[in-house]
Amino acid sequence: MVNETVRQNMYFTLFRIATFFSVLILLFVMLYVLKEGIGVINIKFLTSMWSHRDITQGGILPAIVGTLFLGIGVAIISIPIGISTAIYLNEYAKDTFFTRMIKLAIRNLAGVPSVVYGLFGLAVFVMFLNLGTSLIAASLTLGCMTLPWIITTSEEALKSVPLSFREGSYALGSTKWQTIKKNVLPHSMSGMLTGSILGVSRAMGETAPIIMVGATFFMAYLPTSVFDKFMALPYHLFILATQHSSPYSREYALGTALVLIVMVFLLNLGVFIIRYRLRRKKDW
Amino acid sequence: MKKQTNQLIKQTTKIKFKHLNFWYNGKQILYDVTLDMYKNQITALIGPSGCGKSTLIRCINRMNDLIAVAKAKGEIRYNDENIFEKEYDVVKLRKKIGMVFQKPNPFPMSIFENVAYGLRVDKLKDKKKLRKIVEDSLKKAELWEEVKDRLDLSAFRLSGGQQQRLCIARALAINPDVILLDEPCSALDPIATAKIESLLLKLKKEMTIVIVTHNMQQAKRISDHAIYLLNGKVIEYSQTTQMFENPQDNLTKDYW
Amino acid sequence: MMTYLQKFNHRNLKERLIKLFFSGTSITALVILISIFAFLFITGIQTFSEISIIDFIFGANWNPTAYAEPAWGILALVVGTLMITIGSLVIAIPLGIASAIYLAEIANPKVREILKPIIEMIASIPSVVLGLIGILFLSPLIAKIFGLSNGLNALTASIVVGIMVLPTIISISEDVLTSLPNEFREASLALGSTKWQTIRMTLLPAAMPGIMAAVMLGLGRAVGETMAVLMVAGNARAMPFSFFDPVRPMTANIAIEIKEVVKGSLHYNALFAIGLVLFIMTFIVNFLSDLIIERQARKYKW
Repeated sequence: MVNETVRQNMYFTLFRIATFFSVLILLFVMLYVLKEGIGVINIKFLTSMWSHRDITQGGILPAIVGTLFLGIGVAIISIPIGISTAIYLNEYAKDTFFTRMIKLAIRNLAGVPSVVYGLFGLAVFVMFLNLGTSLIAASLTLGCMTLPWIITTSEEALKSVPLSFREGSYALGSTKWQTIKKNVLPHSMSGMLTGSILGVSRAMGETAPIIMVGATFFMAYLPTSVFDKFMALPYHLFILATQHSSPYSREYALGTALVLIVMVFLLNLGVFIIRYRLRRKKDW
Repeated sequence: MKKQTNQLIKQTTKIKFKHLNFWYNGKQILYDVTLDMYKNQITALIGPSGCGKSTLIRCINRMNDLIAVAKAKGEIRYNDENIFEKEYDVVKLRKKIGMVFQKPNPFPMSIFENVAYGLRVDKLKDKKKLRKIVEDSLKKAELWEEVKDRLDLSAFRLSGGQQQRLCIARALAINPDVILLDEPCSALDPIATAKIESLLLKLKKEMTIVIVTHNMQQAKRISDHAIYLLNGKVIEYSQTTQMFENPQDNLTKDYW
Repeated sequence: MMTYLQKFNHRNLKERLIKLFFSGTSITALVILISIFAFLFITGIQTFSEISIIDFIFGANWNPTAYAEPAWGILALVVGTLMITIGSLVIAIPLGIASAIYLAEIANPKVREILKPIIEMIASIPSVVLGLIGILFLSPLIAKIFGLSNGLNALTASIVVGIMVLPTIISISEDVLTSLPNEFREASLALGSTKWQTIRMTLLPAAMPGIMAAVMLGLGRAVGETMAVLMVAGNARAMPFSFFDPVRPMTANIAIEIKEVVKGSLHYNALFAIGLVLFIMTFIVNFLSDLIIERQARKYKW
């Protein structure tokens, strides 16, 4: 039927265009930031403290450091708890209505807006626990935000290990923990870790929550304690783009964006490589 | 090595294989297959597992095209046209050569919509015509009495045997010339199998049937011609009665 | 004779402690998650001791810092959120489903393996960066095309948020399509249909629940997007009437005003109330999409 084949070719061409358009968006973003921001990047930019009066005299080192500290803090808070919870929910908890509701609730919490977590962090960590606007408050807030994500992705990694592996282990007289440690975790650990890394990298790119719990635009010194305020790349970039008055703020915003994208990109690349090498090794 | 015995009745060739060689992923599956399949006859393809019967039958309606690493050399002539020609309209071919698969595979739709599917593909919209053809097809597939009051039910609610007859009805609805069946009864119980065998015997009056089966009793029961395939090569093909009572080739003798 | 009846031994004890440890961490997680809702609720609900809920939800004026008569109606903000959500979905759904179909059914596997991760990378671009590109590149472009004074409006915001939602829709829809059993494709093609007919008549209808769930998840993300909209939506408090008007969605409103409020004041509580509304909205949307996915898995038992 010539008609149908012609119609098919037409639709398929449209779909092809749509896909490449989507891909193009990513490439455009990367290239735009690269082209416009690279001019500002130099050693001084990356390693000096921020100069408030004349921004061309300073750099974004404190923002880089702040974002890194934040990433580490989020990782420490959310990864152990997240993975342990996933192990409990998937391996130990009985399949009751209650546990299913909990899992559902966690999956849904992964979708709650980041501003809302910011408000939560403000109310609990800054005010109620009196930690003030600080690195620790921000780490805890973003940690809570990342927790549902890590639990969800870790659960999926655990689920992907076939039931037969566990059954084989029990049939040989192993206890539950032995089974988990020797049969389940080795196969799911990389899945859980890659999910966690992605979660942390998302947290590092967040702005809205940290606006209210500790990020500042300018600090004269690097944070020395967890109770200090801190600078962070996303917030820095935001202020430069929207509220700053220097004639160079546009370029500096783009330069900051470039550094941030490179950081996130490197983390994603690492995850991609781990997953790729893992899929080749998998023989089930 | 193949042996062909004399035919006593005049038969028209519907499908002719001419030196067909076939590869999957570099590995050769079919070797120099040359044979005829006759109009209004049931031709059975028999042989042990993995000998290439499924591959062979799937070549006839070019279902193997779906697998990227498949390669074919040689000819299969349907109505004396080589189906492997570059400009050959495969979509049209499949409307004339229907297929029923090993495991019943109804669509996630109602019984009615399953049977009407091929008609809708052909843009038939007239509701009266649709209903008539659906009813006729279900009758030919000997399923009508069992489902006539519940045509709107999901096809998945039927038993395995009923689903398979539904798939036959679905294939019949577009009025094909040839029907290919790839071990259609292997997932069914003996009663369901018997039902399908009896309807095939009725259908052959109107069309040409090729059936792959690993069940030799089934081949004996219903087929007019049999092809014995071993390791991708045609060992013997002839009239069924001839082949079972008086096999020519030693390998054939060994197989029974 | 050795007895298998052991009530207490070292192995049992160790197992019990380990299980206790894991359940302990889960309880921590659960506590955190419950307290999110609790704190939002407690703080937010105090608003309604001073303002009526009706005025809050349906009032068209949000002007808490007005000297004479502060107004507490979030309707304009809700409309802003809805406009951007709908606008972004109008862009992301056709593009997303088309791309998913291409990746799942048409592209050859090698192409798919390269394109899929690239598209997923869009999801990890921080929203500030997209907002930056929005301000510097997209909004001047929109302003030029439509002859506006500036490009900070609902349209620009919809485009940016649409881009952010796109990978979610593509990813999940593609997964749903790929997971459909091959038997459907074979059966359809064997009846003499083209690939497109197979997709249109069998695959898409069967995948529809999963695709709807993907759309709802995308919707949830669009509702919750903050930074990108903050930077390009214009942030005017007035009720928007067209996509060329500047809008202020709920998320942006919270982010803008939270730094200036006095902790514990009515304004502070009101912002939490808005947060509560957002929380409930996204929770409902995500809950529904989960149900849809589970229903599909059960209905077709394949």
